[in-house]
Amino acid sequence: MRRLFVTVAVVTTAMFAYAPFMILNAPYESTMGLVQKIFYFHASLGMAMFAAAFASGIGSALFLFTRKPAADRLAVAGAELTSIIGLLVLVTGPLWARKAWGVWWQWDARLTSTLVMWLIFNAYLLLRRYGGPGSDRLAAAVALFGMANVPFVYWSVNVWRTLHPKTSVIPSLQPGMRGPFWFCVVAFLLLFMLLLSLRMELEKRRQELDELYLAAEE
Amino acid sequence: MNRGIAELRNRGIAEIPQFTNSAIPQSPLVRFLRAVFEVTRKDLLVEARTREILNTTIFFAISCVLVFAFGFVREGRPVQDAAAGILWIAIAFSGTLALGRGFERERQGETLRALLMAPIDRPALYVGKLLGIVILLAAVEVLVVPLVALMFQAALFSHAALMIGLLAAGTIGFSAVGTLFAAMLVRARSRDVMLPVLLYPITVPVIIAGVRGTAALLAPEADLPMARAWLSMLVFFDVVFVTLALWTFEPVMTE
Repeated sequence: MRRLFVTVAVVTTAMFAYAPFMILNAPYESTMGLVQKIFYFHASLGMAMFAAAFASGIGSALFLFTRKPAADRLAVAGAELTSIIGLLVLVTGPLWARKAWGVWWQWDARLTSTLVMWLIFNAYLLLRRYGGPGSDRLAAAVALFGMANVPFVYWSVNVWRTLHPKTSVIPSLQPGMRGPFWFCVVAFLLLFMLLLSLRMELEKRRQELDELYLAAEE
Repeated sequence: MNRGIAELRNRGIAEIPQFTNSAIPQSPLVRFLRAVFEVTRKDLLVEARTREILNTTIFFAISCVLVFAFGFVREGRPVQDAAAGILWIAIAFSGTLALGRGFERERQGETLRALLMAPIDRPALYVGKLLGIVILLAAVEVLVVPLVALMFQAALFSHAALMIGLLAAGTIGFSAVGTLFAAMLVRARSRDVMLPVLLYPITVPVIIAGVRGTAALLAPEADLPMARAWLSMLVFFDVVFVTLALWTFEPVMTE
């Protein structure tokens, strides 16, 4: 397990070291030019955010119905990663939008629904931190509602007329952009899995420590 | 009613579930509906005796409308679309208040435990609670909607059927999430703050659909297809929210 983790960590580091060169060599988009290059990280981060939200939602559903502590660890790790990766998505998006659309923020369906999903997972973390005993199960219900948002966020660009590009933009990428894009997607998904397993391990130790404290008091 | 059961239980009469069971018909659907009716009746009965939540919530909703009116009225005329937004914000805010108070009453009386121990299905308990909140909010809306129509010269009644549909679907969607979270937060620390913190992000789709649908109705030339589209959106959210809430209510409320 440990060897696998180290291997994946090395591969991911190498991929992130190489990614800028791939992005540099990719062709320029005809209208947006250099700014469009943020797309490789922005869209990949978006996919990693969906993966994190699913991890949290599935972990929560398992925890609600089976009460296994491991499922709760998956839920909390997924929720924290949704919050962090979501923040990166919400920062890289406006940076690009400022140049491409002329505004930092637009209240269109994709942007609004992403913000809402990010808020739900932050509410999850707030509830866990300040909700007191038993809040892990209550938070699980929140994560389920958060996960229910994911298909909605994904499809929003296809249902409403939005400034944000549709999901069909990815299969229709220029051949030269396709390679760097999927390279970045894999890199970010690997990074997500590394962070997820690290955070789950940390939560496991924290739970063990809690139990030891309780045992020591008795 | 609950106090009576608690007293009986204190005196060591353990046969109460048996006693209530025999009074309930055997068909599952009839039993479910009967339990829903009893829970809703209990809530409305308690409320009817004091009218505490109804009175405070109505007053709060009116204050909300007033506060937002000061924000959105320029030179005696309201900003375009302000009426729709103010109406739904007033409903969402007063709904949060009613939800919080409703379950605070159960907590203070320690009656939630008794409800959870009652020999009825958890989903029936949830639906009963939900109906109680929806009826309470409907009573608030009966007052607030004409008030908004009057103060903002908004033609809220020119397409009454669609407006009522939007209000009903929106209120059910908001209360479906609200009832689940208010119920589960009863035992949590800092529940007063946590309820809005959890409720608003999750119910934002309902608020958006309600506001956009109402705004489509209030436009100088009412955009009926748009209002219908938002109404079907609301119904879709209702189905998703009620399903998720029914599914999670049991594991969340079980100690």
